Amino acid sequence: MASPRCDTSSRRSAADVADRRLGWLLLAPALLLLGGLTVYPAIWVIWLSLQYRVPVFGIARWAGAAHYAFLTVDSRFWNAAGVTALFTVASVALESILGLAMALALRGQQRGRRVAVALLLLAWALPSVVTAKMFEWLYHPSGGLVNFLLGGRAVNWLGDPALALPSLVLADVWRTTPFVALLCYARLLTIPAELYEAAEVDGAAGVQAFARITWPLVRPILLVALLFRTLDALRAFDIMFVLTGGGPAGSTETLTVYAYRALFQTLQIGFGSAIGVVVFVLVMLVAWAYLRLINRQEAAA
Amino acid sequence: MRGGRLRDALVLAALALYAAPFFWQALTSVRPDAELLPLASLLPGRLTAVHYEVVLAKSLMPRALLNSLGVALISTALAVGLGALAGYALVRLPVPGRGPILLAMIAATAFPQIATVSPLYLLMRTLGLRDTWLALILANASFALPLVIWLLGGFIREIPRALEEAAATDGADRIATLYWVILPLVAPGAASAALLAFLFSWNEFLFAYSFTATEASRTVPVALALFPGVFEVPWGDIAAASLLASLPPVLIVVGFQRYLVRGLLAGALRE
Repeated sequence: MASPRCDTSSRRSAADVADRRLGWLLLAPALLLLGGLTVYPAIWVIWLSLQYRVPVFGIARWAGAAHYAFLTVDSRFWNAAGVTALFTVASVALESILGLAMALALRGQQRGRRVAVALLLLAWALPSVVTAKMFEWLYHPSGGLVNFLLGGRAVNWLGDPALALPSLVLADVWRTTPFVALLCYARLLTIPAELYEAAEVDGAAGVQAFARITWPLVRPILLVALLFRTLDALRAFDIMFVLTGGGPAGSTETLTVYAYRALFQTLQIGFGSAIGVVVFVLVMLVAWAYLRLINRQEAAA
Repeated sequence: MRGGRLRDALVLAALALYAAPFFWQALTSVRPDAELLPLASLLPGRLTAVHYEVVLAKSLMPRALLNSLGVALISTALAVGLGALAGYALVRLPVPGRGPILLAMIAATAFPQIATVSPLYLLMRTLGLRDTWLALILANASFALPLVIWLLGGFIREIPRALEEAAATDGADRIATLYWVILPLVAPGAASAALLAFLFSWNEFLFAYSFTATEASRTVPVALALFPGVFEVPWGDIAAASLLASLPPVLIVVGFQRYLVRGLLAGALRE
C-alpha cells in the first residue's frame, strides 16, 4: 500500500474491523437466501423423512426409521436404484467417449469455429423438456424419423420395456455430450503444438502421440467432466419424467421419478422425502469419491 | 490447404447432423398435420404456419413465455446482484470462516433438487406463495446462487489488487471502489454468470412443475410438458411450441457464445 507504514495499530485494526463488518454486510443477503431456501430445506427434508405425512388424510406422526426400513425391502425402490445406476453408467460412459471424439475432431477446425461450437452447444442449451418432446416425436412408432430411416418399421421404442431405457439413455447422451466435448476441446487447445512436433521427431505420431501426449493431458479434465456428468445423471429427472414417465412397467423409473411420484402423486410427503434423502446421500458420496480421485491424480502428477 | 478446408467442412457437416433432432423438430413445426402421421417422406409437400397460429392464439404458451421470461430475468438479476456482493466479500474482505463458506458453496452446487423440493413446497404453501412468480424466483435464484458466487468470486480474484489500492489512496472507500473499479472490470464475468443463471431458470422444470397450478405462473417447460391434446397428440403444435421455448437458448448459443463458453469452463474448473 502506498500509504505510510506509520499507521498506528489502533487505526489499522479499526479499518480491519470496518472491512470485516462490511464483508458480513455484503455476504448477508446471499447467506440469508441460501440459508432459508437451500440449507434449511436440506435439513428439513431429513426431518420430514422420519415422519408419516399424508396431508390429504390429515396424517402427521412420527415414523422414525420406518420409511428407510421399508425401502430396504421395497422391490420398486431397488428397481429404481438399478435403473438409476444403469442410466448413469451407460450415459456417462457413452458421453465421455463421444465427447472426447468430438473434441479431437474439433481441434483442427480452422474455419467456422463459431458455427461449430454453436451447433455443438445447441443440444446442451435446450430445455430438457424440449429435448424430451423432440425425442418422443423422433421415436414415434408411425410418425417418427427413427423408424422412417430404418425403412418404415414400426418399432415401439418407448413402449417396449427392453428398448425404453436404451432409448432414454440415447436422448440424454445427445443432450449432455456437448458439455464433455467442450471441456475436452478447451483443454486440447492449450496443448502446445511443439509437444507433438517433438514427439514426431522421436517417431511418435497418430495413436502413439495420442497415448503419450494427448491422453495424459486430457485425462484430468475428462475426470472433472465425468464428475459433473455423473452427479447430473444421478439427479436427472425432467428427461425421463417427460419422455417415458418412468414406464413402461417401471423400466425407466429412476429414484428421482419414484420420489416425485411418492411426493406429489400419492402425496406421501414423508416417504417421498426419504427417497429424496437417499438420492442426496448418493450424490454426496459420489462427489466425495470423485474429488478424492481427482486430488490423488493431482498429487501424482 | 485444400485438405484442411474439406476436413473443416466434414466436421461442420457432422455437427449439423448431430443437431439434426432440433432441425427435424423445426421442420415438423411447419409440416401440415396430414403429412405427420404416418410419415411418408422426409421433406414436406408444402409448408404451413398453422401450428404457430394455434400455439400463439389458442394455447397457454404466450402466457407461459411471459411467465418464463419474467421469472428468469428477475431470478437472474437477484442471483447475480447478491452473488457479486458475496463474491467480493469472500475473496477481498477479511470475513471470518470464508474457507468453510466457500466449501459449503461448492457442496451446494451438487444438491439434488429432488431432495429439497418437498420442504420447499411446504414452505411456499405456508408462505402463501404457491402458484406465484415469487416462489419460482426465490427457488431458482437460490439454486443458481452458489455457482454464481463461485464464478464471480473467481473473476474478482483475477482483478489486480493494485487497482483497488490505487483507488484507496485516491480517497475512495470500499463501496466506491466496488462500484467504480471492480464492477466495470467484472462485467464480462458477470455476463457469463448471468447467462448460466438465465439458462438454468429458463430450462428449470421440477420446481416449476411442483409449485405452479395455473397459467398465472406456469412456465414454458411446464406448459410444454402439459401440452393438451384432445383426441390425439398434436405433434405439429408441440413442435411449434418447442421451437418457441428454444428461442432464448438458441439466441444465447449463437449471439453470446463467448460469454457462455467462458462461464461453462470457469464453472467446471472449480477445484
